[in-house]
Amino acid sequence: MLFAPFISKPDNVSQIMLRVMLALIPGIALYVWYFGPAILISLTLASVTALATEAAMLKLRDRPVAPFVKDNTALLTAWLLALSIPSLAPWWLVVVGTAFAISVSKHLYGGLGNNPFNPAMIGYAVLIISFPVQMTHWLTPHGLGQVELTFLDQLNFIFSGALPPGVTLDAITMATPLDTLKTQLHLDRPMQDIMGMPIYGRLAGQGSEMVAWGFMLGGAYLLATRIISWHIPVFYLGSIFATAGIFHLIDPAHYATPLFHWFSGAAMIGAFFILTDPVTGPTTPRGKMIFAAGAGFLTYIIRVFGGFPDGMAFATLLMNICVPLIDAYTQPKVFGRKEKKA
Amino acid sequence: MRTLHRFHGGVHPPTNKTQSNGKAIAQVVLPSKLVVPLHQHVGNSAKPSVKVGDHVLKGQIIGAPEGRLSSAVHAPTSGTVAAIDMQVVAHPSGLSDLCITIIPDGKDEWTERKTHDWREMQHAELRHILREAGVVGLGGAVFPSDMKLYSHQHKITTLVLNGAECEPWITCDDRLMRERAADILQGAEIMRGLLYADEVLIGIEDNKPEAIAAMRAAVAAGKHERMEVIAVPTVYPGGGAKQLIRVLTGIEVPHGVRSTDMGVQCFNVGTAYGAWRAVAHGEPLLSRIVTVTGNVGEPQNFEVPFGMPVDELVAQAGLQPGTTGHIMGGPMMGFRLPSAQVGVIKATNCIIAMSDALFPPAPPALPCIRCTRCAEACPADLQPQELYWFSKAKNFGKTQEYHLFDCIECGACSYVCPSHIPLVQYFLFSKSEIHARENEKQAADRARERFEYREYRIEREKQEKAERLAAKERAVKEQTAKQIPPVEAPAQANPENTLQLKIQEAIDHAKEQAAAVKPKNVENLTPEQQAEIAEIEARRERIRELAQSHVEQPKE
Repeated sequence: MLFAPFISKPDNVSQIMLRVMLALIPGIALYVWYFGPAILISLTLASVTALATEAAMLKLRDRPVAPFVKDNTALLTAWLLALSIPSLAPWWLVVVGTAFAISVSKHLYGGLGNNPFNPAMIGYAVLIISFPVQMTHWLTPHGLGQVELTFLDQLNFIFSGALPPGVTLDAITMATPLDTLKTQLHLDRPMQDIMGMPIYGRLAGQGSEMVAWGFMLGGAYLLATRIISWHIPVFYLGSIFATAGIFHLIDPAHYATPLFHWFSGAAMIGAFFILTDPVTGPTTPRGKMIFAAGAGFLTYIIRVFGGFPDGMAFATLLMNICVPLIDAYTQPKVFGRKEKKA
Repeated sequence: MRTLHRFHGGVHPPTNKTQSNGKAIAQVVLPSKLVVPLHQHVGNSAKPSVKVGDHVLKGQIIGAPEGRLSSAVHAPTSGTVAAIDMQVVAHPSGLSDLCITIIPDGKDEWTERKTHDWREMQHAELRHILREAGVVGLGGAVFPSDMKLYSHQHKITTLVLNGAECEPWITCDDRLMRERAADILQGAEIMRGLLYADEVLIGIEDNKPEAIAAMRAAVAAGKHERMEVIAVPTVYPGGGAKQLIRVLTGIEVPHGVRSTDMGVQCFNVGTAYGAWRAVAHGEPLLSRIVTVTGNVGEPQNFEVPFGMPVDELVAQAGLQPGTTGHIMGGPMMGFRLPSAQVGVIKATNCIIAMSDALFPPAPPALPCIRCTRCAEACPADLQPQELYWFSKAKNFGKTQEYHLFDCIECGACSYVCPSHIPLVQYFLFSKSEIHARENEKQAADRARERFEYREYRIEREKQEKAERLAAKERAVKEQTAKQIPPVEAPAQANPENTLQLKIQEAIDHAKEQAAAVKPKNVENLTPEQQAEIAEIEARRERIRELAQSHVEQPKE
């Protein structure tokens, strides 16, 4: 080394990303347990696409390929996107979404560190707007469906769209717990009845609530290893809890409990893995609180009053827009310029 | 029990202190030569007071302080002055500076040493002794100590003695405190006296239990009152003066404000030791404790005379093969020596022999991912990721808005950066660019002011001339108006008369100006030169008289 400091912490971007991916494993394992191994196929597809796109973009942009591909950031984006979309989605959906996320929302903005929007969430937004039908192929959790596909059948469906003879798509897929709730409320069924449907478990959706626990466990690991700070998860979940709590208190028959919202959809993976993306989030502690609280509020509003099944992705992107402003107005006082204590 | 305060951030790099802190301070074998730079302190360079070929004694002044902010430099041993010339010095720039080379005669013969009882002395006299003894801050800043030991009555309440030594590898203060605690405390008493300070707080990081014990024992044995040895948490940069003051007193000294304005003054323990030796033993600052560690066979601390070439010093600790360079200072804030032949100076607290195994090259830098580990580590509560962004974009206005100049360059941000971005280098770059621009702007401002003043002066002179003329004209008119009966139009007063008056006035003015001109550069003339000038003046006067009579004669 030429300049001080001559030493550095044995820590690098690649390792950090790898540990975040490691933290996703409990959630993924529970996903496989409850919904079958199809998710592993989309994870692999997304990973391969992400690495290929990353390498191609770096080549096009005349940047060194090896150090950037090895930084594991593209892989993490791929995993987060694959976990956000239905695992039975056709193969090209995963490929298109991942390629778009890496090429447009990451590299066209300047590559690692320069993208203002979360690439995985951009990928999700593009897919749900462009291919809403394919984005409803959510698998029915284990034990609930009429038919259960084997791994080979799932593989076959993802790549060729062909189902085993006599099996219809409806037999193996279903609306998500959030979507079902919305539809049923529309039909004026009381909350009590809806929650009694077999699709719901103790807190939220059957199976999906367990996956949420898995992500929470991974999040705890990230907090313990100080890869993420507590500000975003606490304020995001707190904001969802508070907003949902207020509505639930006002009209319990129409608005689900705060815990339901915590364990539904992408709230948990969002709180610990998506909103905590350092590149697209604020940098100051106060900024993180504002950012996460805003995202929590928007998630709830979009879920309950909006037109999309889940609000997490759009809430993230909307709050990404505000990051520069939030950062500018939440700068902490520097040493010696703090308010003197009386 | 005293409550300690916290400062934000900090890092815990591996301390690497056990390699060198186990052995007692060793005396070095005198080197073949000593290359003593004349500029070893903040302020003006000392002025050489010996000539090539002179024989000097140990402790004799070889460089006298020049100006208010300066400090003396002494011969570290007896010998012959072999050269006074420009040599590469221990500075990151690698530039040369004036050095005095002494070839030791091996006798190590002292000059006369005067001992003093500081309690009987005037403060001004005491400060003079410290200045003449070349006592400067040994914590690294090398600020002349006499300049820091001013105080109005009881304006300073607390004297902080810095024994934190937070940089990895360095153990010189640790050994000094273990072995010479009593002398350090005596020095602290002198400092307390000069500052009219009430209490003395000695901060030592808790990874030096032996030093803490030794100092505590010395406080008790010396019956020092209102003096306390405080173990502070080991965290880098806890030994920064502002950080240590914060931890011990809770006071945050802002950038641009002196700690003395907040009632605290801070000195390194080595400085206190140096002050005591200078006052009570008449020993000027000739040597210091230097940790020699890293890629050497026997890492340890030496008492090293200033000017000792670094290569001879590391050789005495058993330099190992595979050494790729030498760091002066610690690995966090030190710098690579431009050459191993440079002499040890007052700021040299540690020499680390580098090897690829101990200091592997950093991997190439990746882009910033805004993970804010740097902000979490920053002891000044800065946002290094923002400063980096603006520095890279050369948006220097923004760097200043984000308090770039509060950065203490401790390197904690660079240390933790997972993208291995040399953040401090970016900040140094921005600071130097801002300074350069500021200088340029000031120069341009001065030039503009000069130009504007010149314009103003020309205009003013014109105006004054016009006014004078007008006044004269009025006077003439009034005069003629008095002489000539008012029936005649005063405006048409004799024009010839006015013209003549104007000419006369111009002549008078010229004479006045000539008389006003004083010869320049005559302040420091020898009597012979003055006599010569007087002679010339007399000759000129005679010629003038002759000329006058010649001109005037035909008229008569």
